[in-house]
This record gives sequence, C-alpha cells and structure tokens, in this order.
Amino acid sequence: MDVTHILFGVFAVMAVVSAILMVTTRNIVHCAVFLITTLLATAGVFLLLQAEFLFVTQIILYVGGIMVLFVFVIMLVNLDVSLRQVQFNRQTWVAVLLAAVLGAQLFIALWLGRNALRLPARAELIAPKNTEAIGQVLFQRYMLPFEIASILLLVAMIGAVVMAKRRV
Amino acid sequence: MGHLIPPAIMPYVVPVICGIVIVAVLPLMAGYIVLVERKVMADMQARLGPMRVGPHGLLQPIADAVKLLIKEDIIPQKADTFLFWLAPVLSVSMALIAYSAMPFGPAFQIADLNIGLLFILAVSSLGIYGIVLGGWASNSHYSLLGALRSAAQLVSYETAAGLGLLSALVLAGSLSMRDIVQAQYDQGQWFIFAAPVGFVIYLIGSIAETNRAPFDLPEAESELVAGYMTEYSGFRWSLYFLAEYANMIIVAGIATTLFLGGWLRPFPRVQMHIFGSVELMDAVPSLLFLLVAAYCFKLAPRQPAQIQKVVMAIAGLLCFGLAAVMFGSIFTPVAVKEGIHGGFWFLAKVAIYLYAFLWIRFTVPRYRFDQLMRIGWRVLIPLALVNLIAVGSALTASQVWGLSPRLTTFVLSWVVVIAVAGFLVSRQTGEKPSPAADVE
Amino acid sequence: MVSTEAYLLLGLALFTIGVIGVLTRRNVIIMLMSIELILNAVNINLIAFSRLWGDVSGQIFAIFIITDAAAEAAVGLGIILAFFRNRTTVLADEMDMLKW
Repeated sequence: MDVTHILFGVFAVMAVVSAILMVTTRNIVHCAVFLITTLLATAGVFLLLQAEFLFVTQIILYVGGIMVLFVFVIMLVNLDVSLRQVQFNRQTWVAVLLAAVLGAQLFIALWLGRNALRLPARAELIAPKNTEAIGQVLFQRYMLPFEIASILLLVAMIGAVVMAKRRV
Repeated sequence: MGHLIPPAIMPYVVPVICGIVIVAVLPLMAGYIVLVERKVMADMQARLGPMRVGPHGLLQPIADAVKLLIKEDIIPQKADTFLFWLAPVLSVSMALIAYSAMPFGPAFQIADLNIGLLFILAVSSLGIYGIVLGGWASNSHYSLLGALRSAAQLVSYETAAGLGLLSALVLAGSLSMRDIVQAQYDQGQWFIFAAPVGFVIYLIGSIAETNRAPFDLPEAESELVAGYMTEYSGFRWSLYFLAEYANMIIVAGIATTLFLGGWLRPFPRVQMHIFGSVELMDAVPSLLFLLVAAYCFKLAPRQPAQIQKVVMAIAGLLCFGLAAVMFGSIFTPVAVKEGIHGGFWFLAKVAIYLYAFLWIRFTVPRYRFDQLMRIGWRVLIPLALVNLIAVGSALTASQVWGLSPRLTTFVLSWVVVIAVAGFLVSRQTGEKPSPAADVE
Repeated sequence: MVSTEAYLLLGLALFTIGVIGVLTRRNVIIMLMSIELILNAVNINLIAFSRLWGDVSGQIFAIFIITDAAAEAAVGLGIILAFFRNRTTVLADEMDMLKW
C-alpha cells in the first residue's frame, strides 16, 4: 500500500464520481465542469501509468482545447428554459439495462482473462525517456498516420468554419 | 541535521520549503510589482506616483490589500454561486501550480520534471477556465462578452507563443527546464542570439496571454466596464489580480529560462580573473548594488521630510548589505555561490522582462479586438511557422555540413527578419493613398 | 505498483457511464460530452496495456485518438450551432424534421 495505490484510489474515485455527476446534472455548464474534472483525473491516471507525455497532451489538448470549445458553444446555445425541461428521454430504463448488460459482459471478459495480465509491467522500456521514445516511433514507424491525422485536422477545421459561418 | 529528519520524508523537505516560500512571498511581491508599475507609469508621465501612504508610497500595497480584504462581498442575485466562487480560485490555483516546475536559480526549484516546460504551458492554459467561468457565472452581458473575448485572445496567442518557444526548444533538445539552461551553458550562448525572431514572437504572445496592454481590451477600464471582472469585488477580485501578476512572472520566467540563459551570468564560459580568484562577471552584482547604495546615500540629504531621509538611508544600507552578501558568496563553496548568484541573475532578467512589459504598456495604445485577432492569426502564426522552419533547417544544415549551429541559426533568423520586413514594407508602399489626402 | 486489472476496471466503469450518457440524455451537447468520456476510457485501456507490454505504440494510438476527438468535437459542435440557428433547440427529441 504505497503512494501509487492511494493516488490511484483518489484519481479513480474522482473520475467515476465526476462522470456520474456529469451524466445526471441538469445545468449544462455544471456538466462541462464535471467533464473537466473527469478529464483531469484521467490525466492523473496517465501520469500514474508513467505516460508523462500523454499527461501533458491530455491537459493541453483535451482540457485546454476541446473543453474550451465545448464551453464556448454551451454559452452560445444556452437557453434559460432548458433548466426546466425534461432531462432524460423516454428510453432511459431500457438504455440503463442494456448498458448494465454491456458492462457485465465486459467485466466477465476481463474476469476470464485475468491470468494473462499477471505479468510484471515492463514500464522501464517506455518510462525513462518517454517523450523521446514517442517522438522516435511517431516520426519513423507511424509517419503516414501522422500525416493523415494532420490532413484530418485540416478537413475538420474547414468543416467547422463552414458549418458555423453565417450565410453572407 | 540528517539524524533529525527520517529518511522517508527527506526528499520532500526542500521542495516543501520552496513551496512555502513561494506561496508566502508571492502575494507580497505581486503587490509591490503593482507599486513599481504605478511608479514607472508616473515616471513615464512626468509625475511622482503614490507618495502619501508611507514614505515614497512604500506602504501603498499594504493599504490596498487591507482595503480589499475589508470590502463587502457582493454576489449578484442570479449568479451561479458555485461557479462564481470557483472561478477566481481556479485562476489563482493554476497560476500557483505553474510555479512548481519553475526554477528560480540552480538551487530553488520545487520539482525538476522531465517535461517541465510543457507542464507549465499546460497549467497556464488551464487558467482560461477561471476567466470563462467567471464571466459566465456573473450572469451579466458585459462579463460574458469580456470573458469570451479574453478566452479567444488567450487561445489564439497561446499557439503563436508556443511556436515561438519551439524555435528555441529545438536548440535545447530537452523539455526539462534545468536541461535547457544547461544546453545554453554547453553551447556558450543564450538562445536569444540564436533565435531572436522566436524571442520577439514569444514576447508579443506573452503580453497577449497575460491580458496586458496593448492587448488588454477584455479588462480595460474604459471598455466593457471591466470585462469578466465586473461583478467581482473585494477579496475575489484580488484573487484575479494576483493570478494575473503571478502569470506575468511565470511567462517572464519561461522567457528567461529559454531565451535569456536562465540563471547563467552574461558570458557564462568566459573566465576573466581580477584580484586572484575573483571573476570579473561574478563581481558585477556587488558592483551594481554598491552603485544603487551610493545613489540612495546621495539622494538622502535632499529629501524634504525627515522620515523620507531615514528610509532612503535604510534603503542604501540594505543595498550595501546585499552587495556584501554578493561579494562574500564568491568565496563560499561552489553550490552556495551558484545558488545565490544564479538566483540574482534569474531575478534580474525576470525584472528586465517585466520592465519591458510595463514600458510597452505605457507607450503603445490599445488594439481593437478584431485588430488583435488579425495580428494573432494572420501575422504571428505564419511568422512563427516560417521561423520554426528556418531554425530547423539551419540546425540540420549545420549538422550536415559541419558548420557551427549558432552561426547558421543566427544568420538564418536574420534572413527571416529581413524577408518579413521587406514583405511588410512592400505591402505598405503598395497601398493607395487615402481619399482624405486627395481632397486637399 | 497498481495492477493492470485496476486500470482496466476503471476504463470499464467510465465506458459504461459514457454509454449510459449517450443513450439517456436528450441534450445533444451532453451526448457529445459522453462520447468524449467513452474515448477517454479507451485511452486509459490503451495506455495500461502500453505499460504492460513495454511498447510505446499504445500511447501513440492514444495521441491519435485525442486528435480525432478534437476534430470530431469541432465538427459536431459546428453542426449543433448551425442547427440551433435554424430551430433554436438542442434537444435530440425535437430534431425530427425528417420523420414522416
């Protein structure tokens, strides 16, 4: 029971509680704030997994970029009447049942395969110079997906600008 | 000493002490930077500035702090109380967390992370939420508009500033703040000489990121009341204020570490001995303090009031004491000397960078919001990209052809500057004269 | 050292909550946010396995997923804004113009 266990407990509880609060809160700006705390807890989990570059990437891109976009759009489409509308749709109970079944299936899959995960984690291959290792592999083996991702981002930028523009 | 502290907590003692020093000293420092700003503003406007509260206005920050603390805490009626409370707390916490990776000299750093620079940038970008949520929670149109404008400005200039930083980062080869300063020591020069365009881009970007003039439309007093801070008063407002000045010191610290050599003295590898083992450049801090002490003693008899004479004399004595400390520490073991002198040089460079901020604030008029966004997206980001390509090609060329990296980067940076200046000048002279000139 | 199963269970919990969010809420923006939650759960799984096998490819895949999530959020929110300008609603139940 050392520091990593305690930290994992803290981050896991924070992530799950924030996620549950996010899908049940009525006020949509509060939902965005709870998603931000979930993403920060996830970033903490990445740091515990010794993925330090993913930790900062998650904070800069997800929390500092994507969620800012969400918060902007929420403030632009926010209606005062939305606080009094019905929050959950008519298929709620069926959906919760089906999600529970899905969760149970995944849990059983994990349970059946738990012996395969008994190997000691080989973090020393990736941890000490994490950023350098990611840089090496990203620009040598995965160069093509990298370029395609940049074209994808260009397409998304053009699409977002065209969709959000007012008709002249 | 080692017997009193159990070995389990030994590695945490120094970082905790550094953290306590930062949290205790920072609010006081922010208050006195405001006083310095008001005095410098007064000097540039040919007047004296605060002189009433305490001799030469030295107790002004304390009076301001007391006033803010005892002010009534007003919350608008329909404001979202949870977010209204959370927003200034977010701003201040993120500004303070960024200090944990910032080295104030070789001996004063809370944590030397492998990804220190990225961590500081990431945490600084989280400060946007303090602004956006504060503007939203105030339930006021002016606040929301000011908050959205400020957030848009921050996000735009973050990209440009980050690209400007990258051009110095390719020269350093590591993201750890300590390794970046070490790389500047190994290459024998500050990176500002190898990537001057990157420094200028980062300077402009950091002024916009901290919402300072000429990019302070979201919070200026004559526009939109006070932007996102309109509904905040008393202690909550002082939290926003502290966050802004803490952010200023952070961006100054990043610029100092990356471009101005961190805690290295000028000419870090040149050895010029005077009187035996004393280095010329090592004696410069004590000489500077002696000069300031002499100036204080010269001014003391000319003060109109008795208390001001006494304060000037005490200031002179303090500077003399600091000069003695600086000179005496040359003869202490290397770690102590590096710690004290490194701290002095780092703080001196941060002070010069902040003086540049103040200077620009009182010289240049404010930009309109659309002009601001145009500069960010259409001027700074293309320039930063071209600069990055230039520095990268210069480095590769120097490795391929075996030239010295600093010469090639320097030459190519100036090629970029001349090309951009030529482009801008040609656009200027190609414009048609305005109709008003024709009427005459 | 925390075992890999703990991380996978955390990923599973976040995934299930995200699925419930997508299927039960009426507000389209909250549905998009739940999709981001699902993508994060997948990222946790990927990085847990990357640490288990000592292969950095898992983290690279996670970087690509974050990039994709950014692109999808941008375009999705653009669509929501465009729809809101026409119909002044962001509830999925009321986006029924194609129903017969």
